[in-house]
Amino acid sequence: MIEISNLCKSYGAAPVLHDVSLSLPRGGITSLIGPNGAGKSTLLSLIARLIAPDSGSVTVDGLDVTRAPGPVLARRLAILRQENHLVARLTVRELVGFGRFPHSAGRLTPQDRAAIDRALDYLELAPLADRFIDQLSGGQRQRAFVAMVLAQDTDYLLLDEPLNNLDMKHAQAMMRLLASAARELGKTVILVLHDINFASCHSDRIVAMRQGRIFAAGTPAQIVTPDLLGELYEMQIAVREIDGQRIALFYG
Amino acid sequence: MPHERRARLALLVLGLLALGAILAFMTLGARGNWGFVLPFRGRKLLGLLLVGHAVACSTVLFQTVTANRILTPAIMGFDSLFVLCSTVLVALFGSAAVAGLDPRLVFGLNVLLMVGASMALYLWLFGGEERSLHRLLLIGVVFGIFLRMLAEFVQRLLDPNEFMVLSDMLFASFGTIPPTLLGIAVAAVAGVTLWLVPRLSRLDVIALGRPVAVNLGIRWRAEVLSVLAAVSVLVAVSAALVGPVLFFGLIAASLAHLAVGQSAHRYLLPAASLVGIIMLVGGQTVLERVFAFNIALGILVEFAGGITFIALLIGKGRR
Repeated sequence: MIEISNLCKSYGAAPVLHDVSLSLPRGGITSLIGPNGAGKSTLLSLIARLIAPDSGSVTVDGLDVTRAPGPVLARRLAILRQENHLVARLTVRELVGFGRFPHSAGRLTPQDRAAIDRALDYLELAPLADRFIDQLSGGQRQRAFVAMVLAQDTDYLLLDEPLNNLDMKHAQAMMRLLASAARELGKTVILVLHDINFASCHSDRIVAMRQGRIFAAGTPAQIVTPDLLGELYEMQIAVREIDGQRIALFYG
Repeated sequence: MPHERRARLALLVLGLLALGAILAFMTLGARGNWGFVLPFRGRKLLGLLLVGHAVACSTVLFQTVTANRILTPAIMGFDSLFVLCSTVLVALFGSAAVAGLDPRLVFGLNVLLMVGASMALYLWLFGGEERSLHRLLLIGVVFGIFLRMLAEFVQRLLDPNEFMVLSDMLFASFGTIPPTLLGIAVAAVAGVTLWLVPRLSRLDVIALGRPVAVNLGIRWRAEVLSVLAAVSVLVAVSAALVGPVLFFGLIAASLAHLAVGQSAHRYLLPAASLVGIIMLVGGQTVLERVFAFNIALGILVEFAGGITFIALLIGKGRR
């Protein structure tokens, strides 16, 4: 359970989050959607203690993220941000191996190696395992980083635009992988998504944000409606039900 | 894994080269009494080893915590900080008091001042969220110049006699390593090195950058500040022994990256240290034996380092 209460954050004079309160239950996939600059990534970074709030608090299973010891939190919650610029020169396997650091503190046990191999397999990275990260394409690199946080094997998985740079096939595979992690392994997955239809098809909950506030929260059936999306994005969006899934149409 | 083997091979080759340089330094052109030659050269050698190791390691550590390959403690003005701290000590307490003190005590005070000042500097520059590397580089270079100028300014305010004592303290170069400080320098460098050993894998995580490292449970501020304190001690040792060297650490770190081809600190730090030792000991041998003391090692090292710096800047710009 993630409890967010009265969270405020501004960068310099520009306020990004206004008094955000939200509670996210355990399990399932929650998607954060909303226009650019709505504060989605900031909210994710605040939950994962990557940045410090100006006021308000975030607790994960009762642990205050700004006070809980780093290693304890790292075994419970993993985050991957959008931009991951690496100065270090690493192979894919080494990068994924860092996901085990909270558990092994740098000395990989046989269980750690098994977890690394599993994560590599899940993301179809086994053939690339010994390549250096700087020799990969953007999509392959993105999958390598996701494999790292997957190897971290935490209850909570926070991903900021995990579909970035992925082609259709890998985007679909990534969403299915996250869905199975949530349903079969009982993980709580929180995503920032720009593709509203992926959010609609795979989420258990959608949280819509706008101008630093929670605009609406609910099931895909409640959120993916022409009226709500239209107001959220300030444009006309048609929604059709196709094969039992609500699909937003905004390409024409 | 093949790249692990490559890194080990690189360490082996560097180790042999360093050994060769040390042997050449100790034995080439030795005439007369070995009982005199060995201790005499041994003291010099020890100084060079300490400086090579300290500068190379401090550069690698600094680049790790700031997640870049161009900035070094020297470029950010850390060793000017040493000059400034010595100057401030003399200005505050007077040369008589400072000259009367044990040089080791003065050195210790200086290190304390430096550790404090460098941490304040770091928190100010790197505190909070990330900054752009180019802006940091610019601030760093300007700040380095500012610190140097500030030290010079305070020196100009000093009484000429006080200034004499100060320049005595600061007058060090690769040729004239002050023997009184060797003992405490060995202790400081050995202490920092031993402190680093159990932290190697955490340094690898820190090198992934702040967001990833925090996600993996690194207590970022505490870890980075303690690494920075270690950097300050290492820089203080080298600055006290041979004075400021601007670009030497940059070459040592860059060549070490080239040699081991990966970023694990268990390979990178020893490699950088060996490169530093090869350059200093080998360079000093060549200068003493081939050029008969006619060129200062510092000038050569800075020349090569400056070229490396420019090459790195241009290379980064193109990518």
